[in-house]
Amino acid sequence: MRDVAIVSFAQAPNRRRELRNEVEILMPVVQQAVARSGIARPFDFTCSGSSDFLQGQPFAFVMALDAAGAWPPIAESHVEMDGAWALYEAWVKIQAGQAETALVYAFGKSSPGDLPEVLATQLDPYVMAPLWPDSVSLAALQARAWLEKTGKSERDLAEIAVRARRDAKANPNATVSGDFEIAKLLAKPYIAAPLRAHDCAPVCDGAVAVVLAAGDRARAVCKRPAWIRGIDHRIEPHALGMRDLTVSNSSRIAGEKAGVGKGKVDVAELHAPFTHQEPILREALGIGADVKINPSGGALCANPMMTAGLIRIGEAATRIWDGSAQRAVAHATSGPCLQQNLVCVLEGE
Amino acid sequence: MSEEQKPVTNIKTPMRLEYRYSAGIATSRFLHGIAQGKIIGQRCPSCRKVYVPPRGSCPRCAVATEEEVELSDKGTITTYAIVRVPSENIDVPLPFASVHVLLDGADLPMFSVVQECPLEKIRMGMRVQAVWVPKEQLGPTLQSIRYFKPIDEPDVPADQLRETV
Repeated sequence: MRDVAIVSFAQAPNRRRELRNEVEILMPVVQQAVARSGIARPFDFTCSGSSDFLQGQPFAFVMALDAAGAWPPIAESHVEMDGAWALYEAWVKIQAGQAETALVYAFGKSSPGDLPEVLATQLDPYVMAPLWPDSVSLAALQARAWLEKTGKSERDLAEIAVRARRDAKANPNATVSGDFEIAKLLAKPYIAAPLRAHDCAPVCDGAVAVVLAAGDRARAVCKRPAWIRGIDHRIEPHALGMRDLTVSNSSRIAGEKAGVGKGKVDVAELHAPFTHQEPILREALGIGADVKINPSGGALCANPMMTAGLIRIGEAATRIWDGSAQRAVAHATSGPCLQQNLVCVLEGE
Repeated sequence: MSEEQKPVTNIKTPMRLEYRYSAGIATSRFLHGIAQGKIIGQRCPSCRKVYVPPRGSCPRCAVATEEEVELSDKGTITTYAIVRVPSENIDVPLPFASVHVLLDGADLPMFSVVQECPLEKIRMGMRVQAVWVPKEQLGPTLQSIRYFKPIDEPDVPADQLRETV
């Protein structure tokens, strides 16, 4: 396996409602990531993640190319997935020897639409989507099943939200942050019982870009590259009833394949858009109580669609660069109730 | 074939998603200009090209465009098509000419239609000018420009248009 590292990362402030168009949000982010990488354009490969359903505009990813600079024409690809999967494609491209450097970016502008409704369109079009189960209600089914199985309480979930929002105070890009009292959060109404607002990621707009480089190219531009030591992604059946929603088998297998358990984990960035999903992911990945989880505040404090997964990888890489971690795990999810999961293990030199 | 064996080929699935769209900063500036009868483009700080309608970026240089340039409503046809296919979305009588017009001072042709001209007279290099809706009907939409009409100016030679065709 070739050595491939993340050498640069930038993200937009995650605002609830962006009035800029997708290129206006994305371009400064791409420029920052490119400048920080120390690698001159053009990159050998460019890959992006986004979904037109969010902003209600067709072919938004083609317009977003203005931010990447497609002149002279570049080698480019796009996934209708979180940018973490675009990073996976770029990593494969470098593994295949077809590229030494890659620019990976993602953007998501959810604010124009009603996100929980928009996400219902990813369900089975004949027997499920016509019933319009929104994404929060589906997550609530999972939360109820998990609470019943584990004997945990809504208070336990609120504790996760309070910790995440406190940690997010140090994250200038977070949508929600601050000190909150559990009792006050629990006094708020349900959105879909047992989930209240603090259990659900805020809807926001965002953009992210990272630069990958292979071997000596990475060492030449980065003092302490964040090496990708393992990366894997798995998907579960489309029908929610096929799955045990209280566990995440796809995360477990992806974590095993990526080698999460091969060494001590210092920090983990878990993409859990709902409070109850964090303990499900911890268990699936074997992340112990000693591991720092989501020092950025995680997706509970900023969850721009299609970008929050790649942001987890960028945040984990940042912990490697600054020396606060030697080994970090980053996780990305997509689909209802943790349907698809990607796990990436990063290490310092 | 019994009823149960027949495939279901038709179900009704009502679907409605509403979006509160935002045109973005640069395009909003452009549309506000149109509402005042002005055409505002943006210049790339790197390659100096002027884009209209602007999207806030230079797709060649991948840099933001901020410098605003007010453009003439006169321009040159860089290419055209004679449209004979009806569309519910267009209220121009058939047949009509859709055109790319390179406004004077711009480096990106914009899309419009040509009227007040026999179709066989329309050609690349032809000089045209915007015909606006009456002032009180101006709004932040490209429908404020009804169409372009020919003007009595000599054609622009084809080699001067090569880069924008």
